[in-house]
Amino acid sequence: MNQMTALEKDVETQKTKIAAKNVNVYYGESHAIKDVNVEIEDNTVTAFIGPSGCGKSTFLRCLNRMNDTIDICRVTGDIEIDGEDIYDSRVDPVQLRAKVGMVFQKPNPFPKSIYDNVAYGPRIHGLAANKAELDEIVEKSLRRGAIWDEVKDRLDAPGTGLSGGQQQRLCIARAVATEPEVLLMDEPCSALDPIATAQIEELIDELRDSYSVVIVTHSMQQAARVSQKTAFFHLGNLVEFGATGQIFTNPEDPRTESYITGRIG
Amino acid sequence: MPTLWLVFTLIALAALGFVLGRQRALASAGGDVKLLHSLPAYYGHNVALSAIVPAIAVLAIWSLAQPMMIESRVAAMIPAESIAENTTVSLVMSDVRRLAEGLDQAVEAGVLDAAGANALEAQTIDVRALLAQVGVALGSEVSPEVLAAAQRYRSLTATGSILKTVVVLLLSLGGFAWAYGRTHKDFRARNVVEQGIMALLILAASLAILTTVGIVFSMLFESLNFFGLHSWSDFFFGSTWAPNFRGDSELSILPLLWGTLYISLIALLVAVPVGLFAAIYLSEYASGAVRSFAKPLLEILAGIPTIVYGLFALLTVGPMLVRIFGQGEDGLLGVEWMSGATSVLTAGLVMGIMLIPFVSSLSDDIINAVPQSMRDGSLGLGATKSETIRQVVLPAALPGIVGAILLAASRAIGETMIVVMGAGAIAKFSLNPLESMTTITTRIVSQLTGDTDFASPETLVAFALGLTLFVLTLGLNVLALYIVRKYREQYD
Ligand SMILES: Nc1ncnc2c1ncn2[C@@H]1O[C@H](COP(=O)(O)OP(=O)(O)O)[C@@H](O)[C@H]1O
Ligand SMILES: [Mg+2]
Repeated sequence: MNQMTALEKDVETQKTKIAAKNVNVYYGESHAIKDVNVEIEDNTVTAFIGPSGCGKSTFLRCLNRMNDTIDICRVTGDIEIDGEDIYDSRVDPVQLRAKVGMVFQKPNPFPKSIYDNVAYGPRIHGLAANKAELDEIVEKSLRRGAIWDEVKDRLDAPGTGLSGGQQQRLCIARAVATEPEVLLMDEPCSALDPIATAQIEELIDELRDSYSVVIVTHSMQQAARVSQKTAFFHLGNLVEFGATGQIFTNPEDPRTESYITGRIG
Repeated sequence: MPTLWLVFTLIALAALGFVLGRQRALASAGGDVKLLHSLPAYYGHNVALSAIVPAIAVLAIWSLAQPMMIESRVAAMIPAESIAENTTVSLVMSDVRRLAEGLDQAVEAGVLDAAGANALEAQTIDVRALLAQVGVALGSEVSPEVLAAAQRYRSLTATGSILKTVVVLLLSLGGFAWAYGRTHKDFRARNVVEQGIMALLILAASLAILTTVGIVFSMLFESLNFFGLHSWSDFFFGSTWAPNFRGDSELSILPLLWGTLYISLIALLVAVPVGLFAAIYLSEYASGAVRSFAKPLLEILAGIPTIVYGLFALLTVGPMLVRIFGQGEDGLLGVEWMSGATSVLTAGLVMGIMLIPFVSSLSDDIINAVPQSMRDGSLGLGATKSETIRQVVLPAALPGIVGAILLAASRAIGETMIVVMGAGAIAKFSLNPLESMTTITTRIVSQLTGDTDFASPETLVAFALGLTLFVLTLGLNVLALYIVRKYREQYD
């Protein structure tokens, strides 16, 4: 399936945002991702599921070149965002990461004020010409993160003082503030309670309007609730990729079926 | 019995106790280990410990206390008038001890028999000549009082030793018998041994703490002596350090404190940036290979004896500075600012070099304690490595780094060898880093070495200086540890 046919297919299908071809990842000698091909669409939530250790996080981190920060990690193959190879030597990984935001498993607000947490990215990338503009970006981002109402009176309080769910929404707001085009989320709810999880899931659904969202999750219910597309990884292979409804109701591969019915842990 | 033999006997008893206790426990269970409450060796250990620990403890205390008690009783025998003008009781007592030892040797060599040694009288026999035969040289003729005291000293020591041997052996046998009697298959030997071991460990820990307390108190008493002889206001608020032997010394700590702080400041100005940058490089940038090679190398620096740094200051850094700022080999800058190799700058630079590994290894630990997720968060937003370090890692690590700097400062203030060799001996207030200056530690060394009289304020001032230094560094350490601990909690 190339880009042209994807565009032509039907109205439900969005244009391809990220295209990965023959991606292999090695940690030293160990082969963590094996020949993965996938096309991730814009304005869509794509879920990566699979047993732990199958390489979901590793593949996710290829998409914003976070794997570059690991010495022993080596990535081969092509990954294109909007048709541009992100592993090309002309691409600055630092700029790329502003465009491809990331939210991590454990909420990791900086030990700074709520305001400074959100303003961190815009300041680094020079997105605001003056204080008023910065204030505006911070407010807009906190609103997008669905946490504005809870923190608007205490923007100077430390971000680390918030509850786990609020911290995670703050981290989402922080990622949103650099105006990314893609949002990568690595098990964003695994450290949260059910209520906070529900809030984040609702937020993810709203974020789909503006971004291409890729979410790694170990919860199949969550994948079913929030995503339109699902990719199932197993032992470093991308076993199956398709519409979420189809993967969950009518998987093609026996391994997918075993995992979904709980036979592969 | 000599103490060494006594100890060997106790060890033999303990070994015997181990074997017998073990056997008895096994026998009480009919040879079946499973019926015993504890493993057989525990019964053995129980008997062995009971035989040796109380006995050894009493032996140790007795051996320390006996000479003190005997001395005080014998010293009372010497009449005040027989203590000559220019001596003291303690000098006479050392004569007594020496004479007593001489008599012991004479008896051993067969020149005297035991009764004869006790019956000696100074008037009838030349004791000095007699002892010279067995190779004991006495400083002066023996007076009757000293001879009588020495004889008394000998007899008290002899009875004391016999009594000590008897009591220690009885205690050991008693402990043996008691523990052996209690050995039975239902006896909880394992629990008893556990408690015994805990007691031993507590003893070790309290010894360490008690010695520290002892050190502080001895310093405190000597300092009080000093303040009895010299005004405290001159010490703390005076402006001049000028000891002399005419009895009107000015002994103020302030010029010394100034030198100490000035040198420490220069040392920190060298050590903090270099150490911190080294730590940042090693923990954030260096590859595994470089780190595994550079980190141990840096830590070897920390193991160099400070006297070696002192030599480095004296022989290399000092002359080098003179070449730059003075007329050494005609001077590089052509100025005449520095004449001698010792200066604040010399000592400060070398001390800074000494502190680099200290600062860097502490900072490295602290930077590594900042969670990786913090860095990922920043890198994931498109920050570069150095932006991440400056804006996230360092602010997060700041309290810990401040603590590390305070610890380094307290080492700088207490450092001795480098300043003794590199700083000079002149106490003064000056801002010129090229002049030589002196520090608290240097003055302590010089007041206490050489021919000193331990009752003059010029000597005792060393204790007051030492105590001030102790309080200063203790305060810094407590503050630093508090900050570092507070910081650790943040990420646990
Ligand atoms: N930093 C790393 N160094 C070495 N091996 C790694 C590293 N991160 C992950 N791996 C290995 O790569 C494989 C995939 O890991 P990961 O992508 O974290 O799996 P998942 O997120 O699906 O649980 C695992 O076998 C894991 O041990
Ligand atoms: Mg993972």
